[in-house]
Amino acid sequence: MEDFAFHRPGSVAEAQEAVRGTEDSKFMAGGQSLIPLMKLDMAAPPAVVSLAGLDELRGIAQQDGSLVVGAGMTHAEVAEAGEVRGSIPALADLAGGIGDPQVRNRGTLGGAVAHADPAADYPAALVALGATVVTDRREIAAEDFFLGMFETPLEADEVITSVRFPVPEAAAYSKFPNPASKYAIAGVMVARNNGQVRVAVTGAGLGVFRASAFEEALSGDFSASALDGTSVSTDGLVSDLDASAEYRAHLVGVMARRAVEACG
Amino acid sequence: MSETGIGAALLRKEDRRFITGKGKYVDDINRPGQAYAYIVRSPEAHASIAGIDASEALKAPGVVAILTGADMAEDGVGGLPAGWGVLFQDGSPMIEPAHPPLVVDRVRHVGDQVAVVIAETRAQAKEAAALVEVDYQPLPAIAGLTQASADGAALVWDEAPGNICFDWGLGDEAATNAAFESAAHVVTLDLVNNRLIPNAIEPRAAIGDYEVTDDSYTLYTTSQNPHVIRLLMGAFVLGLPEHKLRIVAPDVGGGFGSKIFHYAEEAIMTWASKRVQRPVKWTAERSESFMSDAHGRDHITHAELALDAEGKFVGLRVNTAANLGAYISTFGAAVPTFLYATLFSGCYTTPAIFANVKAYFTNTVAVDAYRGAGRPEAAFVLERLVHKAAVQLGIDPVEIRRKNFIQPDQFPYQTPVLLEYDVGDYDGTLDAALELADYDGFGVRREESAAQGKLRGIGLSTFVEACGIAPSAVAGALGARAGLFEVGHVRVHPTGSITVFTGSHSHGQGHETTFAQLVSDRFGVSTDQVEVVHGDTAQVAFGMGTYGSRSIAVGGSAIYMAMEKIIEKGTKIAAHLMEAAVEDVVFDKGNFTVAGTDKSKAIGEVAFAAYVPHNYPEDLEPGLDETAFYDPKNFTFPAGAHIVEVEIDPDTGVIELCGVSCVDDVGRIINPMIVEGQMHGGLAQGIGQALLESCVYDDSGQLITGSYMNYTMPRATDLPFFKTGHNITNCTHNPLGVKGVGEVGSIGVPPAVINAIVDALSSAGVEHIDMPATPERVWRALQDAKA
Amino acid sequence: MPTVSLTVNGRTVEGEVEGRTLLVDFIRETLGLTGTHVGCDTSQCGACVVHVAGVSVKSCTMLAVEADGAELTTVEGLASNGTLHPMQTAFHEHHGLQCGFCTPGMMMSGIDLVSRNADPSEHEVREWLEGNLCRCTGYHNIVKAVQAAAAEMGG
Repeated sequence: MEDFAFHRPGSVAEAQEAVRGTEDSKFMAGGQSLIPLMKLDMAAPPAVVSLAGLDELRGIAQQDGSLVVGAGMTHAEVAEAGEVRGSIPALADLAGGIGDPQVRNRGTLGGAVAHADPAADYPAALVALGATVVTDRREIAAEDFFLGMFETPLEADEVITSVRFPVPEAAAYSKFPNPASKYAIAGVMVARNNGQVRVAVTGAGLGVFRASAFEEALSGDFSASALDGTSVSTDGLVSDLDASAEYRAHLVGVMARRAVEACG
Repeated sequence: MSETGIGAALLRKEDRRFITGKGKYVDDINRPGQAYAYIVRSPEAHASIAGIDASEALKAPGVVAILTGADMAEDGVGGLPAGWGVLFQDGSPMIEPAHPPLVVDRVRHVGDQVAVVIAETRAQAKEAAALVEVDYQPLPAIAGLTQASADGAALVWDEAPGNICFDWGLGDEAATNAAFESAAHVVTLDLVNNRLIPNAIEPRAAIGDYEVTDDSYTLYTTSQNPHVIRLLMGAFVLGLPEHKLRIVAPDVGGGFGSKIFHYAEEAIMTWASKRVQRPVKWTAERSESFMSDAHGRDHITHAELALDAEGKFVGLRVNTAANLGAYISTFGAAVPTFLYATLFSGCYTTPAIFANVKAYFTNTVAVDAYRGAGRPEAAFVLERLVHKAAVQLGIDPVEIRRKNFIQPDQFPYQTPVLLEYDVGDYDGTLDAALELADYDGFGVRREESAAQGKLRGIGLSTFVEACGIAPSAVAGALGARAGLFEVGHVRVHPTGSITVFTGSHSHGQGHETTFAQLVSDRFGVSTDQVEVVHGDTAQVAFGMGTYGSRSIAVGGSAIYMAMEKIIEKGTKIAAHLMEAAVEDVVFDKGNFTVAGTDKSKAIGEVAFAAYVPHNYPEDLEPGLDETAFYDPKNFTFPAGAHIVEVEIDPDTGVIELCGVSCVDDVGRIINPMIVEGQMHGGLAQGIGQALLESCVYDDSGQLITGSYMNYTMPRATDLPFFKTGHNITNCTHNPLGVKGVGEVGSIGVPPAVINAIVDALSSAGVEHIDMPATPERVWRALQDAKA
Repeated sequence: MPTVSLTVNGRTVEGEVEGRTLLVDFIRETLGLTGTHVGCDTSQCGACVVHVAGVSVKSCTMLAVEADGAELTTVEGLASNGTLHPMQTAFHEHHGLQCGFCTPGMMMSGIDLVSRNADPSEHEVREWLEGNLCRCTGYHNIVKAVQAAAAEMGG
């Protein structure tokens, strides 16, 4: 790992100034994605600017039928917060299944969303729930946010401040993890809101995607059996040592069914 | 039995330092003025080296030296030796290429050692290593057995045509072929024994520390056998006499075989510390361990079992291709031969057996012993065949085994594959396992699973293994290049406390407790009065170390024999003190008593007299300090019956382990708590092999599974509580009656797991599945069977 | 070079570090507390688990500079005045360790679990330990030890 300057700003504005001060600097919240990359020499920013502990990024609040979660909330906090469990239990369950307990004690919502790992769990939640990523300068709908492998529209000095999740009528997340890495081989969140059904799939492709065939079937009949006869195409699905595209496609179907069943 | 004697489930003496964070593992040790080493490793699977340019690297901050194979050759450093030689079937010796610790002109696997960079800090050494320019000229790579054995395959070693290291046979080929010709049934199976990476949680480390004032060396190393390292490195690699070479293997964080071998890094650090006149410390990164620790298993086998019309086994024929990797590691040649094919009788009376093993070189990391070392491979072949035979012939899997078991009155039993078993009770062990597993209730449980849409199966494995290695003459006749005795040195101190110096090593096995229990039992003292010392060649005169489940059988017996010498001498001293005839004095539980009287002397009093010999036998030397070298008469033969029950979700292929029930005959149990712990650990590794673990190279020899991100290590969520039990028949040929337990789990359970899965999937028409039986493999097997 | 100041096992310590210095290396090399171990390089094995600000974290996946001003507890800080922590006692009494290398991290992880769940089930313990690898014990006695410690700690 190369050395770098470490900045600990007292506010988002200070953080942004620090990032602008050195080319190729990176923000770091919990460090659970960035530090492993730096240890593998797959990232070597000359400066790292910490977003940890900034009050502006903390908090969970209800807002007009949506749950607003601060970008600085750790996965453990999201999993255990009464407000989350009370309004979107599927979100609490998903957060509680990210990585392992120690990763969850440090990793943050904002960090995970900004990192946009194609096998991470949060992207499925944001897309299925029709969430909005709120940054210091704009709001970006989830479906416009995850552009591919580790790719988002964020600018270099842009900071996610919170994510706004509309509270659904029903939602559930079902994940088939890679037994070694615990990332999703296929993770499906199903959410129903105002008659509209979204089915978001992470881990199976090169980025989170919506399974439109499943959404159509479930819009008509929100039950697992409605998915009989539908499937996702293997096109665009990953085939690697961990799982073939064919198996992933199959798992997407199984996880979708289970998520629907878990919606009750 | 005293409270702390044989059979007591005594809590461990060694725990204190581990639970308080005061263990002393090699990376915890720092030597004054030490420099740090980083090894430059090959990114190529096979390449010649046209040149090494370290000029830029030498300018990097903190660099002390950069050394290569050429520097080693100049100093006359020898190659890492193979500790076991195997012959071709025609009697010619195996092909044994040179194995320099730092390569000279060719790299032969990804990770092969090319140069060592020594700097003031670890980070500086690593950064400078990236600046070392090596001109690799890639050569065709042989990535595995299939490539190695293909017609016209490129050669890993020019001196090994067909990439064959040896083509070895065991058994009576003619008798076996004849048995097959006249057999009523033949069951055939092709199987793979998957390549594994031992992955002890402590990475390997070594500190070389040269002392200029007396031209001596100390090597701190993560080893299971410091004396073996001293022998191999001193005699064959660095040309150093024993009295100038001290090896310290302090606390070691797990070995499982992977820390037996004399590794390049040990020689490099020892040698380099003299070159730079400073201690040199190296610690492997985990991804580095993946490409430099010896791997395990990696066989492709075609096996056949011949049976008569009633289902009695009349012949076994096995053809195995075994991957040795790019180099012959210390025990590498023994694992797929004498630790493998000699187990092909298993529990059974099969009269005719022939095994042919072709060992291949490939451009992969060297393969050597890993928990079980050859015996898991043998048990897997045998028990999968037996399961298939039961299915094919329509015989109950329990009955087919009973029908073929060696019976108690047949011991000692000479197998057709060299080994003579001393004692066993295979029916009794199986009975106990069937009860533990509630085997009779399985049918009902299967129906309940089916009602939920799940597939349930149950699988057996009855096996024998050979451990407690080994009788030196036998081992030598089979190709071992060292003796395999063990040393026990018992010192009774003047005021009665006792130190035991053992050539065995403890890296999780709890010897500091169990060996103290041996002394407690025999001498009638508390284990609090006994200290067990191991791991330092300066303190322990000699030893062969811990592997092959040999410590209690061989190391423990050596201690027992040393204690016998103490008692013999003590008897003479006590007789003198009590003015009795030596033959009238009996020793029991710490007291020397004149038979038929109440005159007695405690061992403490006798010890004191020995060191303050004011009233003492004239013809006897003072002191009470004895050493014994114990050379076992035979291997020991633990046996077991493992029963695994699985429930499979056909939707995903996910396997749930509903029951892992294992009854083992490990001979006399010294500490049941520790024995159970060893069973658990072995079972976890065996289940890891069966369901989760696989070391994968791609076709160009690149190591694909290079970290825990894609090499699946068993976690707590992958395993159930284990049910274990015992059916003991004491070993007949060592003084303690012990057999050994460390490896039975990893030997016995994999075929039980696969047999259970095949049983569960049999209704869907699936006959075999290879390890690891991952969910995707299971799902595919079901899809393929539907098609 | 940045300086960090933190409380480790109840004592204030200070040290010079680089930005890239991992917390585990600061603990092991600068502070000389070698009870916290390094077993992998992909943040998975858990041999490095310590407590920072009262929760378990992987010290190999934290920078020393991130711990500036924080309260850190390592395995060396578990016993108090020579009295072992119930988790340490439980691991000893239930034979929850063999080679001992994963043990500090296991115990630190277990203590975090029990602080949130006073009576964890077998399943809950196993799930919690997803970030802790052991190669020796098969986890059987580790699970028993954690449950026993929980009972002792007031569950």
